[in-house]
Amino acid sequence: MSNNKIISAKDLSLTFQTNDGPVHALKDVSLDIEKGDFVSFIGPSGCGKTTFLRVMADLEQPTAGSITMNGVRPEEARRARAYGYVFQAAGLYPWRTIGGNIRLPLEIMGYDKADQVERVKRVLELVELDGFEKKFPWQLSGGMQQRASIARALAFDADILLMDEPFGALDEIVRDHLNEQLLQLWDRTEKTIAFVTHSIPEAVYLSTKIVVMSPRPGRIADVIESTLPRERPLEIRDSPEFIEIAHRVREGLRAGHSDE
Amino acid sequence: MRTLLPVLTVVAAIIVLWYGAAVWLNTPWAYDKAQRAGVELSTSELIADTWSQKKPKLPAPHQVTREIWKTTVEKKITSKRSLIYHSWVTLSATLLGFALGTVLGIALAVGIVFNRTMDMSVMPWVITSQTIPILAIAPMIIVVLNAVGISGLLPKAIISMYLSFFPVVVGMVKGLRAPDHMQLDQMRTWNASGAQTFWRLRLPSSMPYLFTSLKIAMAAAIVGAIVGELPTGAVAGLGARLLAGSYYGQTIQIWSALLVAAALAASLVAIIGLIQRIVLNRMGMAQ
Repeated sequence: MSNNKIISAKDLSLTFQTNDGPVHALKDVSLDIEKGDFVSFIGPSGCGKTTFLRVMADLEQPTAGSITMNGVRPEEARRARAYGYVFQAAGLYPWRTIGGNIRLPLEIMGYDKADQVERVKRVLELVELDGFEKKFPWQLSGGMQQRASIARALAFDADILLMDEPFGALDEIVRDHLNEQLLQLWDRTEKTIAFVTHSIPEAVYLSTKIVVMSPRPGRIADVIESTLPRERPLEIRDSPEFIEIAHRVREGLRAGHSDE
Repeated sequence: MRTLLPVLTVVAAIIVLWYGAAVWLNTPWAYDKAQRAGVELSTSELIADTWSQKKPKLPAPHQVTREIWKTTVEKKITSKRSLIYHSWVTLSATLLGFALGTVLGIALAVGIVFNRTMDMSVMPWVITSQTIPILAIAPMIIVVLNAVGISGLLPKAIISMYLSFFPVVVGMVKGLRAPDHMQLDQMRTWNASGAQTFWRLRLPSSMPYLFTSLKIAMAAAIVGAIVGELPTGAVAGLGARLLAGSYYGQTIQIWSALLVAAALAASLVAIIGLIQRIVLNRMGMAQ
């Protein structure tokens, strides 16, 4: 089974040196993520969930322990463009059209022109933004901009998608819709997704595995394997099974807090 | 159109003040003349005199306007007395100096943003360069360049460049650093090279800063070109007109050269403002 491990962290620690002394953003974190998993990281602010994601992306360097992405160090994985990263803000360039924004990583990675055109068209369809290629970001709503930024992360051949609270700034209704779309997208593309969120329903609805984290020092409090089926209509959130899992997540969060 | 009325009001106020000041400043000389001729001046005669002296302390607006009209429209452009000819001499030095200053400014800013050593070492010198009075350094630039056989347009343009590169460096360093952490991290996740980040992110992000700097640089460039004409005994250019006017007490000539210089600077800055509007609108970055 070991070659199915897409992301594997062992005793991972990261300490930031600040003026107020060391901050233990991550402490002895060990976790395996398998191919095709949809893993959510949930926890209060300062629990290290975003830091963990950034370590996977080689945007932060761990101070102890080891982590591999696709069997190699994060830096090599980044150089091999093994993952797409979606930030909390869409971060589209105002001087580029939606198509131009999605083409940006493709240009940087040196895909040829015809391939770029074909890929932009394909991912725009995937996030249901076909017809918006020539529009500029300011002509789109916040939710549409975030979909465009997801399309941008899907445009190149990375089988890992790292998402840092991508829907955090959107309202509830848009968020529900995007969650539904994201699940369909995950189903169709068979990507491995690591997803940071603040929202319990979002984590339970999306994930095959929920990692509950707690702060000071940032560590894993609980790992919950979801028993929900792969096919998930929005109504599943009213099922007893869903409520049961959400309850366990809440328990985990509370246990993490009472440690203080 | 909304801005037209306030602008006209301010212009009208300035003209009224100007006429008033002309009466005030030129009255002593009018009395002097009257005393020598042995005549008494009525108030209306006094005012008429203060507005029509040949070498007034402060020429009235209509005198300056008539002088500008005479030396632009009524003179052939090739004439040594044409203000258009003199303006062109100054303008060519201004534009060359502005272009050199912009290129130098951007080059230094790129170096400062991409190279830590330059970041630490160049900026203090850039700032120091601007603390030296340009009037002190201008003659030396002219003399040194003359010694190596360079004269004419280029020395003036270099003085102009000396003043105009500074706002470009400062603005572009800020502009090239305008992308936030998230945008730079994003480039990193795509494993983008420094050059790719520069051309696709840093440079486009810096455009609003660049245009603001260019406006200041243009105004500085024209000052540089005029100052470059002062200590050199130049026979052509707005600076030379100013100097000649002050030698012979030709205040009307000085004021008309000043006004033309101001109009020239205003139009050049306005042209940059127009380009700025068009470019930033097209880039979706208009404020």
